[in-house]
Amino acid sequence: MSEVPSDLKYTRAHEWLRLEDDSVVTIGITDHAQAQLGDLVFVEVPETGSSLGAGDAAAVVESVKAASDVYAPVAGEVVGANEQLDESPELVNNDPFGEGWIYKLRVENPAALDELMSAADYEAFAESEED
Amino acid sequence: MPFIPHTETDVRSMLDAIGVEDIDGLFDEIAGGLRAGELEGVPEGMPEMAVNRLMERRAAQEGRPLCFLGAGAYPHHIPQAIWQLTTRGEFYSAYTPYQAEASQGTLQVTYEFQSMMAELTGMEVSNASLYDGGSALAEAILMAVRGNRKAKSKRVIVPRAVHPHYRDATRTIVRNQGIELVEADFDRSTGTTPLEQLDAALGDEAVAAVVIPQPNFFGRLEDVDALTDRAHECGAQVIAVANPTALALLSPPGQWGAKGVDIVVGEGQPLGIPLSAGGPYVGFLCTRKNLARQMPGRVVGRTVDAEGNTGYVMTLRAREQDIRRSKATSNICTNQGLMVTAATLYMSIMGPEGFERVARHCHANARALRDELCAIDGVSAAFDGPFFHEFVLRIDGRPVTDVLGDLAGEDILGGLALEPYYDDLGDAMLVCATELHGEDERRAFAEALARAVA
Repeated sequence: MSEVPSDLKYTRAHEWLRLEDDSVVTIGITDHAQAQLGDLVFVEVPETGSSLGAGDAAAVVESVKAASDVYAPVAGEVVGANEQLDESPELVNNDPFGEGWIYKLRVENPAALDELMSAADYEAFAESEED
Repeated sequence: MPFIPHTETDVRSMLDAIGVEDIDGLFDEIAGGLRAGELEGVPEGMPEMAVNRLMERRAAQEGRPLCFLGAGAYPHHIPQAIWQLTTRGEFYSAYTPYQAEASQGTLQVTYEFQSMMAELTGMEVSNASLYDGGSALAEAILMAVRGNRKAKSKRVIVPRAVHPHYRDATRTIVRNQGIELVEADFDRSTGTTPLEQLDAALGDEAVAAVVIPQPNFFGRLEDVDALTDRAHECGAQVIAVANPTALALLSPPGQWGAKGVDIVVGEGQPLGIPLSAGGPYVGFLCTRKNLARQMPGRVVGRTVDAEGNTGYVMTLRAREQDIRRSKATSNICTNQGLMVTAATLYMSIMGPEGFERVARHCHANARALRDELCAIDGVSAAFDGPFFHEFVLRIDGRPVTDVLGDLAGEDILGGLALEPYYDDLGDAMLVCATELHGEDERRAFAEALARAVA
């Protein structure tokens, strides 16, 4: 089973969120998601300053034969993007919860984060999807 | 790869499984009024011998005219070897198999095509082809708008000196995507796009891209360095529309201005593909590495296997429609594989030197032809300044269409009447000469034209 850190929030689209302060979250894709995609060859990060609605496509992760969107789990403004992924998309494969983070979002309504899954919920969800 | 059609039993059992009476029943969704139905004047079937006789009769009606008509499709000499090789069974399919790497030969041809186009245009990346020059321009505009994230604009400047069919095709493809095409006019005495006209079109609003033709539709050479630099100063990307034969002589778009252009597109028909009444042709598209992921279509790369043997692989295709659906960069995938094969063979048989000689002959013959035709009373050049292998003529005293009609009566295609495309240009015709138009051909044309205008 892949790694699912307990201090993070998760989405059904296999993104994770880490609350950095009251309103800023860091977002990436889970270990499970990177394993499903295989070796990434390119990550398209969102432009800092752009505003996203909940469910909007924010980034694109591309492996050798597939490209998938990374969505904004909640509405907010992009306040940072991992420019290192430009040169080293493999960081997402090697360290999905650390150096492989994708972007930072200033959340419009922090209460919306409560709707997201806990680590235990996500683990159960990912397992049920496998069946 | 064998193609095994379904047997009648297969078809029957599939139809039964979904509860449809017959194959036609599958099309019930399409309203009756929208169906093509029967084609008038086309018989059900004819014996092979009768078809041969009919086609020979029709071919004879066409004649073998001496062709000075260019305007986007150009008569060139095509060495016999090209289509001998292109139509070999191993190449004779436009498609790569689903496991593309099983067809190393097909992939190698695509790889060679990409390498040659990138070198010819002075760019870093080429895709595996598009339908034709017109749709290639539309794809380039979509790509530039996607790629120019800084400008966040959907305005694109397209000079009127760009091929009118390319502009029509582009309008059709991009107009429903909120992209605004703004025209830049040409100078009536030079037939080129002056900086002032570009500035007028640019205005104060943000612009995503500027299109620059070389040579332009009138055959004239644009001041590409100045236009490229001005467009870049305004934060716009630059899309070159270039004739590949002309690029054998002219500086490659990758070197225009201080930074070079961002995207190059064009029609690949001059590269060994017969006129064949307008198609199939092949579009090309080259770009910079940093825009590769906005590029439609695919890229084939060269690599080595575990034992160090050279092999060819599909390197970039993750943004095609079968994977990205509505978010695909376009509906383009393999595309004109067969035409790519012909173009690749053409360029390799010609070699850089041979290709440059073809271009020099085109230019020299076109210059000679213009001088010879302008020596006729009542015939004059519409524009001043350098051109590649096409030029615009004005005729005093007789409408161009009448003159062209007379020439056609002598089995000469004398050119294209421009008024239907540029009503403000007045009566004028676009004439082309290539390496096929030596002294004898030009003399025949000049004599016929002299009779027609007398």
